[in-house]
Amino acid sequence: MQSTKSVYWQGVQAGAPFILIVAPFGTLFGVVASEAGMNLFEAVVMSALIVAGAAQFTAVQLMSEQAPTLIVLAAALTVNLRMAMYSASLTPHLGGAGGWMRVAVAYFTVDQSYACSVAAYEANPDWALPQKLAFFFGVATPVVPVWVGSTIFGVLMGARVPDNWALDFAIPITFIAIVAPILRTRAHRAAALTGIGASLLLAWMPYSSGVIVAGLIGMAVGAEVERRAMFAEGAR
Amino acid sequence: MIDKGQLWVVIALLGLGSFGLRYVFPGLVGDRPLPPWILRHLRYTAVAVLPALIAPLVLWPPATGGSPDAARLGAALVATVVGLTTRSVVGTMLAGAAVLYLGLYLTG
Repeated sequence: MQSTKSVYWQGVQAGAPFILIVAPFGTLFGVVASEAGMNLFEAVVMSALIVAGAAQFTAVQLMSEQAPTLIVLAAALTVNLRMAMYSASLTPHLGGAGGWMRVAVAYFTVDQSYACSVAAYEANPDWALPQKLAFFFGVATPVVPVWVGSTIFGVLMGARVPDNWALDFAIPITFIAIVAPILRTRAHRAAALTGIGASLLLAWMPYSSGVIVAGLIGMAVGAEVERRAMFAEGAR
Repeated sequence: MIDKGQLWVVIALLGLGSFGLRYVFPGLVGDRPLPPWILRHLRYTAVAVLPALIAPLVLWPPATGGSPDAARLGAALVATVVGLTTRSVVGTMLAGAAVLYLGLYLTG
């Protein structure tokens, strides 16, 4: 059995490359937040409490559009629904941990700690709970502090960014960069295209609420395409 | 500009809600398995909602008063193609930014 210390460092090694992605995103979030009128304290508290870039960008974008609070929360939480999926697939591995440990696992559940951990647990079926926890927190160690730290850096930079940098378009490009590389299957592409089409058709709905409806329709279409693909596979 | 009162309500509730979504299974549900249809829907949240959020911003950018703009449209298209073909997050952002600035420079 590998020592928890060596497994922890394996986790750190698995998480370290993501610094290259997390640091620019965090910096960009800080810049965008500062352009939207948030100060350093507000932006840092937001990054430290929410720890989810896409949801934070969504919330800042909608608040800048003067959307009502309920819409801002509903849209950002819908973006974050995938965290529930992460937590569901981590639970068979980490659900046996103690109460406070489970709170810590929940806080540190982000895209990278989830993806790396689930892959490592499959590759190392002999790991017991202590090794699994050590690896999980190892991945989170470089990722979460860099997210918060780069937000600080971004806010400080944001004060110096000139107006002609067209930062209004930072969020669209960021979201394309998150989504386009993960459109692996037909179901993913169907979900994205439906989301786009429905959102444009529903743009007349008040308070940006069409975005949420369009997202839910896209989700349902993605799930249905996957179900039919599985069905076709099974029939073969 | 963001309203400060709204901002703090959003930070607090979104922080709580995001934690809740991460805690609901290990904390409350335990290790009972989820019905597959729920997992199937959760898998497509990000890829459906994020494009839905930005589609109107790409086609009708608020910065131009809502009229379509060649630089922004071009940047979004190139970023999408680069993202689909290279699967590189940072490469996609750089390509989008490069086309955006080139377009803004050319269209003045």
